[in-house]
Amino acid sequence: MDAFIHQVLSGLATGGIYASLALALVMIYQVTHLVNFAQGEMAMFSTYAAWSLINSGMGYWPAFLLTVLLAFALGVVIERVVIRPVENAPVLAIVVIFIALLVILNSATGWIYSYTIKTFPSPFPKEPLFGNTYVSSHELGAIGVTLVVLALLYVFFRFTPLGLAMRAVAQNPESSRLVGIRVGWMLALGWGLAAAVGAVAGMMIAPIVYLDPNMMGGILLYAFAAALLGGIDNPGGAVVGGFVVGVLENVLGAYVIGNDLKLSVALGLIIGVLLVRPSGFFGKVHVTRV
Amino acid sequence: MTRRASIGVAVLIAIACALPFVVSNYRTFQLTLVLVYAIALLGLNILTGYNGQISLGHGAFYAIGAYTAAVLMDRLGAPYWATIPAAGAVCLVAGFLFGLPALRLEGLYLALATFALGVSMPQLLKYHHLEKWTGGVQGIVIAKPEPPAFLREAGLQMNPDQWLYFFALAVAAMMFVLGWNLLRGRVGRALIAIRDQHIAAEAMGINNALYKSLAFGVSAMYTGVAGALGAIAVQYVAPDSFTIFVSLVFLVGIVVGGLASISGALYGALFIQFVPNVADEISKAAPWAIFGLFLIGFVYLMPSGVAGAVRMLLVRLMRKGAK
Repeated sequence: MDAFIHQVLSGLATGGIYASLALALVMIYQVTHLVNFAQGEMAMFSTYAAWSLINSGMGYWPAFLLTVLLAFALGVVIERVVIRPVENAPVLAIVVIFIALLVILNSATGWIYSYTIKTFPSPFPKEPLFGNTYVSSHELGAIGVTLVVLALLYVFFRFTPLGLAMRAVAQNPESSRLVGIRVGWMLALGWGLAAAVGAVAGMMIAPIVYLDPNMMGGILLYAFAAALLGGIDNPGGAVVGGFVVGVLENVLGAYVIGNDLKLSVALGLIIGVLLVRPSGFFGKVHVTRV
Repeated sequence: MTRRASIGVAVLIAIACALPFVVSNYRTFQLTLVLVYAIALLGLNILTGYNGQISLGHGAFYAIGAYTAAVLMDRLGAPYWATIPAAGAVCLVAGFLFGLPALRLEGLYLALATFALGVSMPQLLKYHHLEKWTGGVQGIVIAKPEPPAFLREAGLQMNPDQWLYFFALAVAAMMFVLGWNLLRGRVGRALIAIRDQHIAAEAMGINNALYKSLAFGVSAMYTGVAGALGAIAVQYVAPDSFTIFVSLVFLVGIVVGGLASISGALYGALFIQFVPNVADEISKAAPWAIFGLFLIGFVYLMPSGVAGAVRMLLVRLMRKGAK
C-alpha cells in the first residue's frame, strides 16, 4: 500500500508538470486553434537559459523570474516573426513551421550547450517536508508551483481587462476587432504567456529528468495526452487531464505494463481519446455543418 | 509521357547505372541510401502531398519495415531479396490498420496522433517481451548480401556495395513506376480530390473512407519497403536509430523536394542524404538547424519545393525556345 501511495503522489507531482505544459498548449489552441508542436522545445530552451543564469552566479528565484520574462519575450517574438505570416495558411504549412521551430530550437540548444546531460538545481530542500516518507520536497514544491501558476492565470483571465480582451479574441476575433481590441497583439500575448508557463514547467521537471536537449520529447507527448483528455479548448480540463495522465502513467508503469512502455500509455491515450471522445472530458463538442 | 519526358527518364537511368562505376564505394553506399529515402519519400508524398493527410510518424513504418527484414533474415534465415515484399506486405497491413482510426482524425489531430506514434516507436521496439525477436536495445546485425553467382559467371565483376546499389535501383524503379501508374490516373485524381474538397469528392462518388485508408496503407508499404532496403544497406537495426527524427527527416524531404510531386521524392532524398554530410563538418547540431531553416524558407518562399522550381524553370526555358 505504501508503495502504491508513493506511486500516486509522485504521479501527481509529474502530473502537475504535464498540466502546466498542457495548459500552455491549450492557451495557444484557444486563441489560434493550433497545437504547438514546438511547445516542449521552447520550454527546454528557456530551462537552459535558466541554467546559464544560475551558473553565472544568480540566485535561484531571481533567475527563475528572469527566465519567465525571457520566455515570454521569446514567445511573443516567435509569434510575431514566424507564425504571423502563415496565420491563414493551410494546416500542413503551419505544422511544418512548428516542426521547423522544434528542430531549430533543439539543435540551437545542442549547438550552444552541447548534448551532454546536465543537472539542474531544485529550489526546495533535500529532506522530505513534514517528515513524510511518500514524496520528496521537490515533488511537493512542483505541485505547489503548478497550483500557484494556475491561480495566477485564473486571476489574470477572470479579473483583468487584458485577460477579458484575450478571452474575447479567443471566442470571436471579428467582433473583438470591431470593439477595438488589437487581435494580433492578443495572439502574440497568448504565445508569450504560453511560453512563460512552459518555462515554469521546464524548470520544475529539469531536476527530475535532468537537462538535455531531448528532455521534452516524452513530456510533450504526455502534455498532448493531458490536453486532449481534458478537452483541448478547456484550461481547467487540461490541468485535471495533466494530473490524471501523471498518475496513470506512474501507476500503469509500476504495476501493469512496466516502465519500458510508459510512452505507449500516452500514445494509447491520445489515439483513444481522439477516437472515442474527440472533445475530451470537459471540452466543447464541435458540430460542423456540411 | 511526352517524348521529352521519356528522353529525360532514359538519361536519368543511364546516369544512375553508370554512377557506381565512377565513384568510390562509400559514395555508392550513400547513393544506395538516396534511393532508399526516395522510396520512403514517395510513400509519404502519396499520403501527405497527394491525399493531404499529415503524417509526422512515418519513421514508425520505416522501422517496422527495417525490423521485418532484419528479423526475417537473422532469426528465420530468409534471403535478403525476399524480405522486401514481406516488409511491404507487413507495412501495408499496419498502415491500413492505423489508417482506419485515422479516418476520424483530420489535419492537426492526425498530425498529433502520428507524432505520438513516431515518438513512442523506439520504446515499443525495446519492449522486453519481444526481445527474443528484436534483440532489445542491442538491435540486430545483418550480413551484407553478396552479388549473385550468375553475375560472376557472366563475367561481371561487382563488389557488394555496387550490387546492393543496383538491387536498390531496381526496387526503386519498380516502386516509382508503380507510383506513377497509381497517381497519374483515376486513383491519383481521387486522392487529390479528397485532399482539396472532400465533400465534393464524396458527392462525385469517391469512397472517401476507402481511399483514405488505402492511401495510408500504400504509403506505409512504400516506407516499409524503404525501411527493409535501408536495413539491408546499413546492415544494422536498433531501436534508437528510429527516433521521431527519422519521421521529421522524411517531412523535411517532401517539403524540400516538393509536395505532391513524384520527381520531388528524388530531390528530397538527395537533400536529406547529402546536406547533413556537408553540415556535419560545422557542428553536430548544424544539420538540424539547416533543415529547420530550409523548412521555414520553403514554406514561405517556394511551397512547391525543388520540383516546382524545376518545373517553372523548364517552362520558362521552353517558352524562350519557342519564340
